[in-house]
Amino acid sequence: MLYREAGQFKASYAEDAQIFPIRQDRIGFWLLMLVFGVAVPFLASEYWLKAILIPVLIFSLAALGLNILTGYAGQLSLGSAAFMAVGAFAAYNFILRIEGMPFLVALVLAGLTAAAVGILFGLPSLRIKGFYLAVATLAAQFFIVWALVKFPWFSNNSSSGVVTAQDVTILGYTFATPEAKYVLTFLIVAFMALLAKNMVRSSTGRAWMAVRDMDVAAQVIGFRLMRTKLLAFAVSSFYCGVAGALYAYTYIGTVEPEGFNLDLSFKILFMIIIGGVGSIMGSFLGAAFIVLLPIFLDNFVPMIFGDSLGAGFVSNFQLIVFGGLIIFFLIVEPHGLARLWQIAKEKLRLWPFPH
Amino acid sequence: MKLKQTVLLGAAMAGLLASSVTSAAEEQFIGLPSYRVGPYAAGGVGIFGGWIDYMQLINERDGGVNGVKLTWEECETEYNNARGVECYERLKKKGSTGNTLFQPVSTGITYSVLEKVAQDKIPMVTIGYGRTDAADGRVFPWVFPMITTYWSQASAIVNYMGQKEGGMDKLKGKKIGLLYHDSAYGKESHAIMDKLAAKHGFEVIKIAVAHPGNEQQSQWLQIRQAKPDYVVLWGWGVMNPTAIKAAAKTGYPREKLIGVWWSGAEEDTVPAGAAAKGFVAAGFNVAGANYPVVADIKKHVYGKDKGNMEDKSRIGSVYYNRGVVHGIITVEGIRKAQEKFGKGKSLTGEQMRWGLENLNLDDARLKALGATGFMPPLKITCADHEGPGKVKFQQWDGTQWKAITDWVESDRPLVRGMIEESAAAYAKEKGIKPRDCSKES
Repeated sequence: MLYREAGQFKASYAEDAQIFPIRQDRIGFWLLMLVFGVAVPFLASEYWLKAILIPVLIFSLAALGLNILTGYAGQLSLGSAAFMAVGAFAAYNFILRIEGMPFLVALVLAGLTAAAVGILFGLPSLRIKGFYLAVATLAAQFFIVWALVKFPWFSNNSSSGVVTAQDVTILGYTFATPEAKYVLTFLIVAFMALLAKNMVRSSTGRAWMAVRDMDVAAQVIGFRLMRTKLLAFAVSSFYCGVAGALYAYTYIGTVEPEGFNLDLSFKILFMIIIGGVGSIMGSFLGAAFIVLLPIFLDNFVPMIFGDSLGAGFVSNFQLIVFGGLIIFFLIVEPHGLARLWQIAKEKLRLWPFPH
Repeated sequence: MKLKQTVLLGAAMAGLLASSVTSAAEEQFIGLPSYRVGPYAAGGVGIFGGWIDYMQLINERDGGVNGVKLTWEECETEYNNARGVECYERLKKKGSTGNTLFQPVSTGITYSVLEKVAQDKIPMVTIGYGRTDAADGRVFPWVFPMITTYWSQASAIVNYMGQKEGGMDKLKGKKIGLLYHDSAYGKESHAIMDKLAAKHGFEVIKIAVAHPGNEQQSQWLQIRQAKPDYVVLWGWGVMNPTAIKAAAKTGYPREKLIGVWWSGAEEDTVPAGAAAKGFVAAGFNVAGANYPVVADIKKHVYGKDKGNMEDKSRIGSVYYNRGVVHGIITVEGIRKAQEKFGKGKSLTGEQMRWGLENLNLDDARLKALGATGFMPPLKITCADHEGPGKVKFQQWDGTQWKAITDWVESDRPLVRGMIEESAAAYAKEKGIKPRDCSKES
């Protein structure tokens, strides 16, 4: 009833091409931005900001990066965590070794470094596809983490290999409080998500999708495969790299190579599978699902069962429920949470008179 | 705070997260970032089980510390840094005075919350892991890498070898293999071993084993060729039994294979079977259930069916006893702080920090606790947050661990020098002005 587009006419190309063609969506979007950008920093407690909202945003960005590569360009990758590690260590070294390096510039340079490494490991994609490519990117995962441990230069000769991120200072203002760090993360993630959304709607994105759907056909109609695939690797790694740098600087505060292991790569892959492959919004939904569900279960399961069952059982039970819910969602909607949302929207347009 | 959450996520979630503590009596809350699932679960179940059992013992037998009941809550980290940070934030405001002591039992989580604990004024105790140079209490007032650190351990192991050879000068010209887990944890051994090698004139052969370490053929071939006089096993998890078995296959004497404390538990030797017989490992706590403190836990805690361990046969194992050590330090820190800030009162994190900084577990105190020989005597000062740096060497006799030495000292001046150097570099990088310990009371 409320969600009707009747009477909304598109009178110009700009109106026709906008991201949210329906007015209700636009209002909803800006409300969401206002809530998360303005209200949340004022209202949320330190715990919510530091332990829940910041990681969800950062993992959303990483998932977004992988979604560009896997969801849009169709190249399966298991190296996302490694590219995050590249970004984190690159940002650390840029700030450490170059006097007066501004944080945002370091962030972009970190992304570019990750993009360069991404292109390097994307080269095999020109010859191999599908699961074989996944194995090639697996090499990136192991090689990068190994290299970061092997060469102490990356961690500035820290005896344990763990480095502490420097303070985040932009134009003389130090982002020290959880609120400030949240706002910074939010702005960067929102900006990059907008960028990604426009990228996938542009000719670049169309080229990716053409390659994804059938690369021979795409080549025949004139897309340059090498350029398209490597661009997807570069952009994807750039996003992962920035996510890694944010992970170090606004979230955990330290960087250690082992933190960016294969488990994290799988986690990011699961985020896009659960959230929706080939969907910007799906990256956010998937990241929220994977990050929040274990925390929710950790609070919820002991509340139901109390102490009667023993902590070991409770911990294992959470994992069982977590796995069960993932399977449940995949059976209910194999295309992910984003698709569920889309179906809900279509139903809502007809509601309450479906005929 | 509750209002904010309600606004944010509705009443249902707020209800979940609101603190469930309602008791009016004085209490002392300890947050436990435990891991009972995941790759490190075997250690986590033992350590957190022993720790909880000891706190339960204090509640059951003594009615708390001077009447202050200990309360705790577990938070599953899966040994994952991000989950550990979430747990730290979740636990820090619980209880009447907030979380007063954080022991992550994970080096990664230690680093992740290192700066947060100073801001939140919550002391962090890291026993046998974590950041070694935090032993310099002038630079790291809130971090306590107690009893011993990796560097002290490496030095103590070399001293043990010296003892075996009949004098430190006999180490000259010897070859010592260092079979290490190829990770930040394993590399922690390099700098100290190089220093010790230069000092005593032995040669270190560093051999890396990639995680997880269930394939070590080439490494042991290298050991066979180099014929080192000793091999230090700086391993973790499945790497340990694999190394022990490979040593047996290669014919390398197990008596010369010396494990670190993350290589010397029943979980490392039992899977290796008969091959493990004779294997020696360092430890800052010993195995065995025949200590009065463990007997008391059996009597007062398991007697009332309030024990935490599901597998009761693990009571008295290396990891379980390590958890009891965690418990003893927690409780004794509270006791010491109460002496200054009022007996029978809940403490804040700041008060708890004072208690830990003035902790003195001498032989008499350990005897009263029923822990003589169970852990080394411990004295913490403002400048020295580590303490004795001593370890005991235990040998696996095929069925259980047997202590074969007394507490072995480390090379204190050398290790302390490295710690101070490294801490000073950190202080310079972070712009920290070290405390003046002569002004602390």
